[in-house]
Amino acid sequence: MANSLVKEEMAERDLPQSTLETLVPQVEVRREIKPAPPRYRNEIAKYIIRRSDACKLCGKCAEACPQGVHVLKGGYKYFAAPRQNVCIGPSCKETGHYCVDLCPNGALKMVENPMMKVLGDHRWTSDLILATWKMAETGAPPDPEYGYQYECGDSGGGFDRLRFRFPDRPPVDLSPDEIDTSLELNRRGDGRPQIKIDVPWYGGGMSFGSVSNVTQLSKAQAAVAFNTFTCTGEGGYMERLRPYDEHTITQVATGLFGVREETIQRVRIVEFKYAQGAKPGLGGHLLADKVTPSVAKMRETVTGISLFSPFPFHSVYSIEDHKKHMDWVKHVNRHALVSAKVSTPADVDMVAVGSYSAGAHIVHMDGGYGGTGAAPDIAKKNIAMPIEYAIVKVHDFLTREGVRDKVTLMASGGLRSAHDIAKAIALGADGVVVGTGELVALGCVRCARCESGRGCPRGIATTDPDLQGQFNVEWGSQRVINLYNAWRIELVDILRRLGLRSVSELRGRTDLLMHLDYTNEAGKAE
Amino acid sequence: MPDKYHIKTRPVPPRRPRIGRCGVVDWREDCAGCHNCVKRDCVFDRYREEAAYIRDMREMDSLFFQCMGCFSCVQQCTKGLLSLSLNPVYERLGNGYWTPQMIETTWTQAETARIPVSGAGYRGPFSGTGFDSMWTDMSEIVRPTRDGIHGREYISTAVDIGRKPALLQFEADAARDRLPPLVDIPIPMIIDMMPQGYRLPNLPAVFKVVAAQTGTIAIVDYNEWDLLGNDLEQYLPNLAAYIGPSAPAPAAGMLLKMRLVEVGDGDRLEQRIAELKAVNPDIVVAVRIDLDAHGVERGIELAGEPYIEALHLVADVNGSELNSGSPRFVKDMLRQVHTSLVQRGIRNEVTLIAGGGIALAEHMAKQIICGADLVSVNLPLLIALECTLCRQCNDGLSCRAGIREIDTDYGVGRMTNLVAAWHDQLIEVMGAMGIRDVRRLRGEAGRALFYEELEEATFGKLFGKRRNG
Repeated sequence: MANSLVKEEMAERDLPQSTLETLVPQVEVRREIKPAPPRYRNEIAKYIIRRSDACKLCGKCAEACPQGVHVLKGGYKYFAAPRQNVCIGPSCKETGHYCVDLCPNGALKMVENPMMKVLGDHRWTSDLILATWKMAETGAPPDPEYGYQYECGDSGGGFDRLRFRFPDRPPVDLSPDEIDTSLELNRRGDGRPQIKIDVPWYGGGMSFGSVSNVTQLSKAQAAVAFNTFTCTGEGGYMERLRPYDEHTITQVATGLFGVREETIQRVRIVEFKYAQGAKPGLGGHLLADKVTPSVAKMRETVTGISLFSPFPFHSVYSIEDHKKHMDWVKHVNRHALVSAKVSTPADVDMVAVGSYSAGAHIVHMDGGYGGTGAAPDIAKKNIAMPIEYAIVKVHDFLTREGVRDKVTLMASGGLRSAHDIAKAIALGADGVVVGTGELVALGCVRCARCESGRGCPRGIATTDPDLQGQFNVEWGSQRVINLYNAWRIELVDILRRLGLRSVSELRGRTDLLMHLDYTNEAGKAE
Repeated sequence: MPDKYHIKTRPVPPRRPRIGRCGVVDWREDCAGCHNCVKRDCVFDRYREEAAYIRDMREMDSLFFQCMGCFSCVQQCTKGLLSLSLNPVYERLGNGYWTPQMIETTWTQAETARIPVSGAGYRGPFSGTGFDSMWTDMSEIVRPTRDGIHGREYISTAVDIGRKPALLQFEADAARDRLPPLVDIPIPMIIDMMPQGYRLPNLPAVFKVVAAQTGTIAIVDYNEWDLLGNDLEQYLPNLAAYIGPSAPAPAAGMLLKMRLVEVGDGDRLEQRIAELKAVNPDIVVAVRIDLDAHGVERGIELAGEPYIEALHLVADVNGSELNSGSPRFVKDMLRQVHTSLVQRGIRNEVTLIAGGGIALAEHMAKQIICGADLVSVNLPLLIALECTLCRQCNDGLSCRAGIREIDTDYGVGRMTNLVAAWHDQLIEVMGAMGIRDVRRLRGEAGRALFYEELEEATFGKLFGKRRNG
């Protein structure tokens, strides 16, 4: 967006002078894919290679390895440490490049890295984490040679048991350029802007406080590059996000931290956070250690005191109150779309239709296994249903009510890959909201210590000045841009294999899915 | 303002080295001794603690497994000498039902009395068996909380044990019959006898104090009554004697001061209850029923008898039906009993106490949703004392966790902390459900989501029949 136009356009929106004065030129970020190598000295690799004293430095291994694992630099007496993270493991036996066999002195040994057992969990397996890192590094899906099983996790249910029924060959031949991945966010036809994003996802809300400045800005830059959105979370509107107004969703959550008329007026989408999937019905909790002076200033609170956002909105006790809420925001910003972020109780279908009736453009459902900076374990595991069930339930209900095409349904809560995104859409969502994937791209290992002490030891979900200096915005945004690009490539490939021209054609196409635990014969009977 | 139920807690550190999930394997031989050692940068300061610990020479044989698993040192060591490993000792904790995570979280709660909190989304499997095949629900978003908006301090977790007549009959201005006695406890949980094999002789004396401090009741076998110690008198309101089907009744002096007594199911039940009531008409008598193949039917049958006040339905320690090749789970059996009593219109008249398989705070809430008024707990309190369920004591060998040698202060502190943490977590899920009184949570299946039902309604509809059940 041309900077000079911004203020003129905003002036046309009848914004008060006080808000106009706060507007700044918007940044442009090119969707450029560049390598963004891992930021740690020793990258965690799936395979470990050891070289013994038997090595005679003949260099055969370096010659043979197409990946460039073995490096003997000119002028050096010994091999450098092997670049284990590019090693594809014993699968290169098939192409005759297996260094262990080729070494005339038997000096090499390869084992699967025992650390894989520590890395990851049921939902984010070690393969999924490594593959996501690879995508963030290169901007493309990982080479199949690596053998990563990254299309799903190991949770034993939901997305992890769903598969696409790909035909043997695509029913129509489509080139990737013909396939449209854009998503329309305003379906109400109410005269508010028709906002279209280039990919069917946007970034989830992570407040300043729960994540660092650098993390927030990295997400924002990627959102600009892909003409999509990022969300402020509930911690207020950072000064630094102002150059990203056009691609920022501001969140109005129950604590109303840092929410002012001006912050609502400066953006194109306002999100009401009614509940969060990881802790439905509980409200937010920023632990005292994370309320640093800068966080306290942003939230207009006191340093070192825990901050609670209540559940629910204490101004909303009925669907009418909900409508009043929406009307208030729509009045304050006459050009914004309004999203309602809810979690997934048994009556999520009623919640969705209620939100639509109250005037929401976007209904955003956050499933029970969604991300968080801190939540009681009992809540993360036990409260509200996983998103897979909720999508189907709400999509069907809105369809029966005849309003499905008047509202955009966004799903989140445990979506980890392009395959999950495609499955969510095939189950009935229009698009998805992603969060953890972006953090993994920035180097998250899912150790789940976001909340302890000084915060994230990896420098992602922390406001500790020392810790958050571990990477800069340039590297961070490139990693997220690369990940987005890889996801988009995969999504396009899924659509191409299914013979679909656009991602909107995939919505609700459960006939293209199968479930590994079922006979998959229901569709045929009907 | 009425007194709030509050459990006093204090940190009670473990006696033995902590057992964490992962630890760092350090290949020290190759260390270059460089000046930017990553160990100094550990965000959690674990290496410094480890060094201090080793200097302390308390336990030379222990590996230090307090690593938080962030991989930072592993990835930054100049020479790449460090790697993370799953702690085999951690992996060997517990058994198929009592997982290492359950044991670890119980230890943390027993130490700190805090609700376990962590970052990032849920990490476990999609669903599971037993209590893992259901989720609790949350309150409606735009019609929040069924009971109206109240702070958590207004959520009541109190329950009554005893018979509640459906109708009151009056003569002139007074009730015609004497109202049956009720035992009011502030938390829907009582302490049950330890299962066979885990009955360490010093435990009853600890339970007695824990029950008094938390306001609940500990069931103690009358055969082991002498293990309770000398200062028994003041604790009697928080103790319930268990008497087996043919065991003699407790001394009248004891019965008169107790509020609850439990008898084993057997012949002459009505007569035995009458004998106890003859000594102390204000005592509530619970009948203990084993949840074996006949347990459910027996429970339903007895609940209809006018002389029954409370039934204690007990499955095995893993929540499974007793002596069965393909056991049902305790939550499903309770649901069956509860539903049957509801259909007969007599559910409110009798109190159901469910035992077996209660390992985490969430199980308490889920069991109540499935129809119990309250639950009975045993093994978690033992785990609070750093038991690893190694079962060595079952074979008559010495306890690895040294539980026979604990002092009462430690035992009481750890168990009280655990009860407090469970109470807080119960309030947490009840707050989310919008339920203000745990008595209203009983049988409230509308506040729960069941895996089988959701699967059928979602994927069954789309993808046909489920394979292999």
